[in-house]
Amino acid sequence: MTSETTAGRRAHAATDPWGRLNPRLILVNLSVVAAPLALYGATHAVTGGEINLQVLITLGSFLITCLVMAGISLMRLLTTRYLLTDDRIELRKGLLFRSHRSVPVDRIRSVDLTANPLHRVFGLTSLEIGTGEHGESAGAGLSLDGISKKDADELRRQLIERRSAGRGLTVDETDGPIAEMDWAWLRYAPLTIWGVGGVFVAVGTVYRTLYEMKIDPLELGIVKDIEDRFGSVPLWFGILVTVLVIVIIGVIGSTATFIEGWSGYRLEREDGGMFRVRRGMLVTRSVTIEERRLRGVEVAEPLLLRWAGGARLKAVASGLGNDEENSSRSRLTPPVPHALALAVAADVLAEKQSPTALAELAPHPRAALRRRVNLALGTAALTAALLAVPGLWLTPVLVHTGWITGLVLLPILLAYAFDAYRNLGSAIQGRYLVARSGTFARRTVALQREGIIGWSITRSAFQRRAGLLTLGATTAAGTGVYKVRDIAVSDGLALADRAVPQVLAQFIERRPGRG
Amino acid sequence: MVRNDELRLRPPRNRVESRAIGWWTLQSSLFALPLPIVFGVLYLFIPPARFVFVWAFFVTLVPGILYMAVMPLWRYRVHRWETTDTAVYAASGWLWQRWRVVPLSRIQTVDTMRGPLQQLFGLSGVTVTSASASGAVKINGLDHRVAAEMVEQLTRSTQATPGDAT
Repeated sequence: MTSETTAGRRAHAATDPWGRLNPRLILVNLSVVAAPLALYGATHAVTGGEINLQVLITLGSFLITCLVMAGISLMRLLTTRYLLTDDRIELRKGLLFRSHRSVPVDRIRSVDLTANPLHRVFGLTSLEIGTGEHGESAGAGLSLDGISKKDADELRRQLIERRSAGRGLTVDETDGPIAEMDWAWLRYAPLTIWGVGGVFVAVGTVYRTLYEMKIDPLELGIVKDIEDRFGSVPLWFGILVTVLVIVIIGVIGSTATFIEGWSGYRLEREDGGMFRVRRGMLVTRSVTIEERRLRGVEVAEPLLLRWAGGARLKAVASGLGNDEENSSRSRLTPPVPHALALAVAADVLAEKQSPTALAELAPHPRAALRRRVNLALGTAALTAALLAVPGLWLTPVLVHTGWITGLVLLPILLAYAFDAYRNLGSAIQGRYLVARSGTFARRTVALQREGIIGWSITRSAFQRRAGLLTLGATTAAGTGVYKVRDIAVSDGLALADRAVPQVLAQFIERRPGRG
Repeated sequence: MVRNDELRLRPPRNRVESRAIGWWTLQSSLFALPLPIVFGVLYLFIPPARFVFVWAFFVTLVPGILYMAVMPLWRYRVHRWETTDTAVYAASGWLWQRWRVVPLSRIQTVDTMRGPLQQLFGLSGVTVTSASASGAVKINGLDHRVAAEMVEQLTRSTQATPGDAT
């Protein structure tokens, strides 16, 4: 390959072939230290020059922490060096604990670029190379924390080029992106349940920070004012307003999260069989997933999003890191219209139609419905009992609250139970094992049959009595196991046997004739 | 028709050692007994509060004893293992039961593991890992010799199988 040799020669011709982190990282470090100093200044101004010991200690320790962080970062800047040769990338770092890692280019499974706002001000970015090893800790990959954006893009391009050169994969640049940001999707943004939770987290953080700075938030003028007004209106009105305010802030919060996370979203196919997801407004992220490591897709539909006809698409791929990393790096689309999610799934898997789109997933036996109904009845009864039983001794009000709560909960929980049962389904669709379950967050997973590396069958005491089992297909990709829940024993084993022939068959007994 | 056949998972061929019952009993006693013992001691030494501690003693002791009596025997009935030319097959659990199958071609490592309690009973455990993040297949309560043989056999046959096991 000509490009390979010229690139190689270029690397050797330079006086120092080793690349380093960008010196602008020093500026980043300085601005980190600036934060506590600015805070000190602000506090000084606000309190009119009277700074008590508590504040001084808080800010002082904050400053020291920042200084230590800056020092570590500076050390990293001075000691980190990397070198890309024809077939491997080498990384040296550390002063006291020196490390030298060398990774063959064809072992690289992912190249991520992440830039936080501070980095972006100085035109820097972080590059992380994933080798997809499961056994090692999260930091197993190679990371270059703070190289210039130009260098990062160039290094990423070269890495992928070399990988594909080694594989003999051709580069096709004519294809457009698979999906691109459409601001009409913003309508799905408020439909994540995290918005409301985020409000409490934010309020808690603000309260805590003010409290630490010796300002009692409950004594502030605004809060006092609100408290007075709350006292002067009827209780139900107060509660209604509070709920409304929380929901509104939640909607704003989740919309903001959506805008921050998905601005500039673009999913495209790249050289050498790679997918690249680019997104983010303040923190820009670029995740590259190798097509060969893609083992399927997951269509996730949280309840509210499902009602609005939306869905999110995730990749089921190996080499995306541990559970936490996997959950953010496997995202292929933001919440989008369901049909679009399926179209993207089909495109990504190079199939005519998304395997998850199959209407005729085989339903699971009625016993699965019975389990869910029993769970609903049990939960309603337990909630009622928890309120009512203490009421027998304390006050009849609790008893009434108990049975009323139970009665109100019952139809809601039963509706969930029926919905959960309706959502259960499984099938084999061409190269894929497809399984669907869940009601609050319905997930439809399509997993490549050749990606299944074992079976894990679980049965609780209830399932054994009901003749059900949960069939877990273990895989190297994604979360490691994908489950077909509450399927009849015989159907589940038949499904597993058809999905991956020759594995389970030797452990299955057949008794002819079921009628 | 084949599709109308009633399918059933047959249990793996080999039971674990019966000594495993002793091991599980000892293990469960470490969870179940400390609390009632503490309440028993308190009962003896603080006479004025005896009416509380006598209740606490029995409330913690009875479930503990039941657990110690039921769990090991039940586990012994369930825990089984088998290796064939193509796969490892293991059953475990008691209330929640789990059957796991890993084809030999997908095995990454095979280790033996012996905790202090297991050693006391002359037992050994074999851990078979695959590339899945869902956890390894563990077969506990084997005789040392059986475990060593199994590891050797599995290592030999996994080396003979090509592929990167993902």
